[in-house]
Amino acid sequence: MRQAADSAVSRRGFLMGGAAAGIGAMGGVSLSLLTEPHAPDATAAEAPLTTPPTAATPEGDPRVAFHGRHQPGISTPPQAAITYVALDLDETTDRAALRRLLQLLSDDADRLMRGEPALADLEPELAAPAAALTVTFGFGPELVRRAAGDSAVPEWLRPLPRFAIDQLEPGWSDGDLLLQVGSDDSLTLAHAVRVLLKDSRAFARPRWTQNGFRRPPTTGTIGTRNHFGQVDGTSNPVPGTADFDAAVWTHDGPDWLADGTSLVLRRIRMDIAGWDKIDRHSREQSVGRSLATGAPLTGATEIDDPDLDAVGPTGFPVIHDLAHVRRARVNAPEHRIFRRAYNYAEGPDSSSPGQLFASYQADVDRQFVPIQERLSAADLLNQWTTPIGSGVYALPGGCRPGGYVGEPLFAVGI
Amino acid sequence: MTIRALVAALGLTALLVVLSACGSPSEAASPTEGQAQPMQADTVQAKDLWVKAVDSGMSAGFGTLTNTGSSDVVLTSAASIISSDMELHVTGPDEDGQMVMSPQEGGFIIAPGDTLVLEPGGDHIMFMDVREPVGPGDTVDLTLTFEDGSAVDVTAPAKDFTGGDEEYVPGTHE
Repeated sequence: MRQAADSAVSRRGFLMGGAAAGIGAMGGVSLSLLTEPHAPDATAAEAPLTTPPTAATPEGDPRVAFHGRHQPGISTPPQAAITYVALDLDETTDRAALRRLLQLLSDDADRLMRGEPALADLEPELAAPAAALTVTFGFGPELVRRAAGDSAVPEWLRPLPRFAIDQLEPGWSDGDLLLQVGSDDSLTLAHAVRVLLKDSRAFARPRWTQNGFRRPPTTGTIGTRNHFGQVDGTSNPVPGTADFDAAVWTHDGPDWLADGTSLVLRRIRMDIAGWDKIDRHSREQSVGRSLATGAPLTGATEIDDPDLDAVGPTGFPVIHDLAHVRRARVNAPEHRIFRRAYNYAEGPDSSSPGQLFASYQADVDRQFVPIQERLSAADLLNQWTTPIGSGVYALPGGCRPGGYVGEPLFAVGI
Repeated sequence: MTIRALVAALGLTALLVVLSACGSPSEAASPTEGQAQPMQADTVQAKDLWVKAVDSGMSAGFGTLTNTGSSDVVLTSAASIISSDMELHVTGPDEDGQMVMSPQEGGFIIAPGDTLVLEPGGDHIMFMDVREPVGPGDTVDLTLTFEDGSAVDVTAPAKDFTGGDEEYVPGTHE
């Protein structure tokens, strides 16, 4: 026996090698959760270049590699459009079936991210341009349980505690398998989602779909804004830094989640009609930042650290006691979260758009929950924002060529 | 033992299309001048293979076979444990203009440098009598045999597929 021909999958090389550009460029205020770093270590200018997340093909179509230490779509630059789909597993989808499902979906993701059709793709012309397509997989507790038993489920992998501000709807919450698909081209994205759902059909049913958008990556130095006009994503940990690694990647187990992370996805309705009624000064007071630049009210630029002790001429704090930046502030890197928010505008009533607030962190209970508890207790922004959906997912590490996302879960004995 | 269990037992976990030549007497990795003509199986590169998932009955296999050699290659038959009866099919219009499938007499000829594309609505490998369910994500073992008797073992994942509903017209050969 000897090799007569080669694997199509493994022979294709990586499309890596370009320079990472603009990773740190997304700055700004997040609508619902903003973590303020103590030290201004997270600036774009200081961000070291790490593994280049994207590379342009000769035709100028940017591609992101599927294979790698981490799953794509977390530390790679956010694309203009995103779709999250949560699926509920069929009763009959057992451990062996889950493995087959994840093999199929990982193969689809790899091909589609190369700008190539999936196997059995009936619309192969829709696969290119990839436009920086990424596919990311997240697991709910039930999937982990079926694959590897109760003991494999991290303690934080469960619905968040109930917060006073929540008005959650089951139709926007939870799910066993999460697909996160992003691209700068909405048609490419829609095709990729369709391919993934086709290959999921024998194993699971879609529970909900959420579509989001943000400024394309090429738009200026401010990353993106939300429907209230606020700069979004300021003072995020910067991919490639030690702070980012400490905040995002799993380091306290379980082993199957090595190089992975967690995602909290919150659907936050925004009362745009109520927001219309308040003046610009009050709007800026609610967060503690300038609408024009995202700079703290005590500073000049977006990356300036807010001075929470500063007092104005009338003796009141410049940044309100209940301003979002003050309430959301986190000092220790290991307690910070990484935000990757998108806007949504769908629904029958266009007067209630909102935000898909995506937060990535190593440990939901240690990092996300304390911040959300503080904000739920008091945050001026709560007057105009209402969480209506919530889900918590475990995102395994990336996979090697020939492997699949979640593979270490199937090495766990049950 | 079901096909699925058999597949699992064989440890075929990856979706890679894995090929290795069987029945080839040649040991040389790259034949040099003066040596015998390379076996046809050794000059074929298979890519993107997949099989339509079915509970039972007929199914089909697809993908591409590229002739990397300098002589014609002829794929004469395909075999798999999942179906005792298999055929090589072409698809084309019948006298009424309907697209129908029928066996390809003499197999598929692949000229040097050419790629045979096996796809829904076109040429394909036909499984005539799948007995055990082949579910999405299962891997199917196939042996492709060429005109000179050389053969190659390949593995293809099964995919959920509802497209290309051509009608099958049994061949008149044999």
